[in-house]
Amino acid sequence: MAIVKRKKPKVPMISTASLPDIVFMLLFFFLTVTTLRQSEELVRVRLPEASEVAKIDRKDLTCYIYVGTPVPSHQTRYGTDSRIQLNDSFREISEIRDFIANERERRSESDRQFMSTTLKVDSDVRMGIITDIKQELRRCSALKLNYSARKGKQH
Amino acid sequence: MARSAGEINAASMADIAFLLLTFFLMTTTMNVDTSLARRLPPMVEDGPDKKVEINRRNIMVVLINKNDRLFAGGQSMEVGELREAVKEFILNPTDSPAKPEKELKAIPGINGQFHISKGVISLQNDRGTSYGAYIAVQNELVAAYTEMRDEFSITHFGRSYASLDDDQQEAVREAIPQTISEAEPKDITKK
Repeated sequence: MAIVKRKKPKVPMISTASLPDIVFMLLFFFLTVTTLRQSEELVRVRLPEASEVAKIDRKDLTCYIYVGTPVPSHQTRYGTDSRIQLNDSFREISEIRDFIANERERRSESDRQFMSTTLKVDSDVRMGIITDIKQELRRCSALKLNYSARKGKQH
Repeated sequence: MARSAGEINAASMADIAFLLLTFFLMTTTMNVDTSLARRLPPMVEDGPDKKVEINRRNIMVVLINKNDRLFAGGQSMEVGELREAVKEFILNPTDSPAKPEKELKAIPGINGQFHISKGVISLQNDRGTSYGAYIAVQNELVAAYTEMRDEFSITHFGRSYASLDDDQQEAVREAIPQTISEAEPKDITKK
């Protein structure tokens, strides 16, 4: 009687040849969604929380005004009082006009009417400086204003 | 005879790709910018703003003082109570003479005429008010209007405001206009 040796079914090795492709796919995904931070933050901003927030729809058409206490490395020069940051430097309220004009200049004519200003303000900042900024924005007729806030639960 | 230039070993390709992947994984911040949108009134040149005459009963003053205490319609209250107070003021369900007048108006898109409240919320703050308190109050005001619009659209369209189409939303917005006025600073010369 012939003994037929039954072959054990071999589990085939999983081919890793496609692994680089998968990883590359992921890589390209993250490459495309990554936005490196455009401006260095000179002021500390902890946004307040609000439940009724909406997404800013045209991010490319908004200009940011940061207000808050300077970060510790700048406190020796600029103190701990609330300061305004436009682009990469500390600015005064009177300079907002030029900043808005500059931002307008950079956008195409047809987009300018949709431009908005986003205030990124620390929740401990006093309203006095914000009121001044609002008055200045009204003076340069930049009337669309966003109060930046984190989505969160209230009460 | 040309010598074949031996194949490059592609085994390390995955490692390199992983390295890049981890780098981008760690640096990526997917922040979605969210905010409360507002429209500022245009600046009136020369002198103080011409006061638009508004009947006293139509205005609800919401004031946040420098200690972040909230006063609405002359009463001190907590932020959590503001939403109901604003809704009751604007809708004026009891037709109280101390609360806003209503105007009977037809709205395109819905049959019939509607009582549209003339109420205005006037938000005032002190220079010493903290931004956090200010945003909390702004948020409650927006929430009050959102709720009123939702209630209106459920009674007239049977669906929530967000699920209506553009024309219907327009009609609801007309029925319940968002009238929040961010007051002029009382004294702008004092900086």
